[in-house]
Amino acid sequence: MPLLSVDELSVTFTAKGRKDSTAVDGVSFDVDQGQVVGLVGESGCGKSVTSLALMGLLPAKGVRVGGRAEFDGTDLLKLGPAKIRDMRGRHLAMIFQDPLSSLNPVVPIGVQVTEILQRHRGLKGEAARKEAAQLLDRVGIPDPARRLKEYPHQLSGGMRQRALIAMAVACAPRLLIADEPTTALDVTIQAQILELLKELVDQEGTALLMITHDLGVVAGLCDEVNVLYAGKAVETAGRRELFAHPTHPYAHGLLGSIPRLDAPRGEPLNPIRGSINDKIAWADGCAFAPRCDHYTLECLTGTPELTEPRTAGHQVRCVNPVLPPVRPAAEVPA
Amino acid sequence: MSLLELDNLKVHFPIRKGILFDRTVGHVYAVDGVSLKVEAGQTYGLVGESGCGKTTLGRAVLRLVDVTEGEVVFDGTDLAKLDEEAMRRFRRRLQMVFQDPLGSLNPRQNIESILAEGMAAHGIGADQAERREKIKAILAKVGLPANALSRYPHEFSGGQRQRIGIARALVLEPDVIICDEPVSALDVSIQAQVVNLLEELQESLGLTYLVIAHDLAVVRHISDVIGVMYLGSLVEEAPSDALYEGPRHPYTKALMSAVPVPDPDLEDRRERILLHGDLPSPANPPTGCRFHTRCPWVQETRCATDRPELTDTGDGHRVACHWTAEIEAGTLARTRATGVEAVTETAAVAEEPAVADVVREEDDKAVADAQPGLPVPGVAAGAPASDASTAVPRPAEAPADERSPSTEGGGKR
Repeated sequence: MPLLSVDELSVTFTAKGRKDSTAVDGVSFDVDQGQVVGLVGESGCGKSVTSLALMGLLPAKGVRVGGRAEFDGTDLLKLGPAKIRDMRGRHLAMIFQDPLSSLNPVVPIGVQVTEILQRHRGLKGEAARKEAAQLLDRVGIPDPARRLKEYPHQLSGGMRQRALIAMAVACAPRLLIADEPTTALDVTIQAQILELLKELVDQEGTALLMITHDLGVVAGLCDEVNVLYAGKAVETAGRRELFAHPTHPYAHGLLGSIPRLDAPRGEPLNPIRGSINDKIAWADGCAFAPRCDHYTLECLTGTPELTEPRTAGHQVRCVNPVLPPVRPAAEVPA
Repeated sequence: MSLLELDNLKVHFPIRKGILFDRTVGHVYAVDGVSLKVEAGQTYGLVGESGCGKTTLGRAVLRLVDVTEGEVVFDGTDLAKLDEEAMRRFRRRLQMVFQDPLGSLNPRQNIESILAEGMAAHGIGADQAERREKIKAILAKVGLPANALSRYPHEFSGGQRQRIGIARALVLEPDVIICDEPVSALDVSIQAQVVNLLEELQESLGLTYLVIAHDLAVVRHISDVIGVMYLGSLVEEAPSDALYEGPRHPYTKALMSAVPVPDPDLEDRRERILLHGDLPSPANPPTGCRFHTRCPWVQETRCATDRPELTDTGDGHRVACHWTAEIEAGTLARTRATGVEAVTETAAVAEEPAVADVVREEDDKAVADAQPGLPVPGVAAGAPASDASTAVPRPAEAPADERSPSTEGGGKR
């Protein structure tokens, strides 16, 4: 049984006098121990809202959450505020995109790290401080004793993100959710942070739910990948399968529109036309149809189902999938 | 003769302290002696991480910040010496596209007013009607509908806003467009649209671009020549393909190896050179080679004392490193770990290079001596140590086959 099993998760934002807006529209995926699962998509695809729903961080009012999210036998979505607070930090932890705005600017790093140790592990005083220093050391922050006394603004971006990771892993959580953990960082620092996450997963067997828009990060880190578009998973596959045979026109288009460091120069990119605003409701058909090069009238007759047109386990939500391998197998530059 | 030539350009920002007795206590060396040439009709890409001075350099070319020293020669005129009014007139020929498309468009002006403002200032078009015709033509060129004229910036999507920013530059018929992170605020699918647009425009209008970006893949895609900046100076400059195929400066090697490639096989295979710590402060840059505090190949002599000049190493490939030849030949062993231990090892203190460096270098050497076959991510454990010293951040061939099925299945290295 998987550690986390999300089944038909949906999140709808409601506001008086406005149409309901569905950010997540029936997303299902599993995360196993020691596995890295990626949620990929562009802005507005619902990837961050999914993570907030799992962590119970959505506001209580104006939001309708549906579906199930079983974590080790308990449905996270049904837990009351006090119960989920006990889970958060202890069994589930999250790393946010912007380390500066997720740390309290007027409280030293040390207090922020020891807070979680007191809350969940009952460590106090010197013991908590020692443990906090060890945690900072674990994530590669030099001179942890000094850093504990410093404020977030005194740390560099990469260091702040490490501090956040230290806080997230303080209680050895079984599931770590990383929401764009490296987007705000430079590539060399990004490489450091990704290595660190990989090491955590390898050594501690933590399950990692990686939320990102960067397909390059996904290629290097994730075991399973879910590509989201307008709140629904449009393609789910192992990373090798996905990158070798992107089958949904959206996933296919995404891969075609990324300039690659290893691609020969001079070839124009193949962008997806239009923007995410050009979509139709899933109830009427495929939300991607207005931007799709493969669309037919069939695409406008109700929500397409997930099928497995290629191989078992490679799910695609499309009636006209890109079937023949259009992208040649990756060539290794000499 | 190149269209745009920078000669030993320096931009230093004073750090001031005190309210009553305002005094300068130091300088931020944002751009510290950069010389480069941009040929007409070509694209020069400037890459580097945040804080390396690439944006300041772009702004200095347009004199949006004061030039401390050096020359900015555009079409035979040194812009750095022009007075304000002469510079203003020159700006018609040098335009800029900014990173944040919403922040750089006035929310209270409609598109026509935004685009016509510059034209009026530079006396392009006799009257409003003529300007409007011209604007319509440009809008069509950048792929915006004609009814955009009377709309406001907030009504557009991010990609469309960036097109407006490009149109604003184009209406003045410039020779050079400086694009500061033109696509980094956009989603991947939109990025590609804008990149293609920039390339089409260059082809049809014969534009010259100076593209400033942190995304190496984007820069490589659109540039003819790429310059890599680190802490205010160029460390390497080469034609786009040459730079990708054989980066020679250690920093470029690390930077290239850090860029994630959307290809799992390649990602698993290639060697990643992880750097120690963070970028030092440009207010207090390290002595000698600016990169020596993080360089995996740092040597005891010269690196910390002599600042390397950008020298031609053949085929227009310019590198600022004392040890390029030795590193290329593979005769120089790495002195610092570059695997995951570079991330988790905490002996290094990036901010205090002067004191901490000696300690760290010794530590690392000790580590390297003790374990000659340091496992490096991407290189299977047990790979010969000599591999590590010669490997460049391209997929290393040998270790690829040594991957065991178990690591493959788990997706771990």
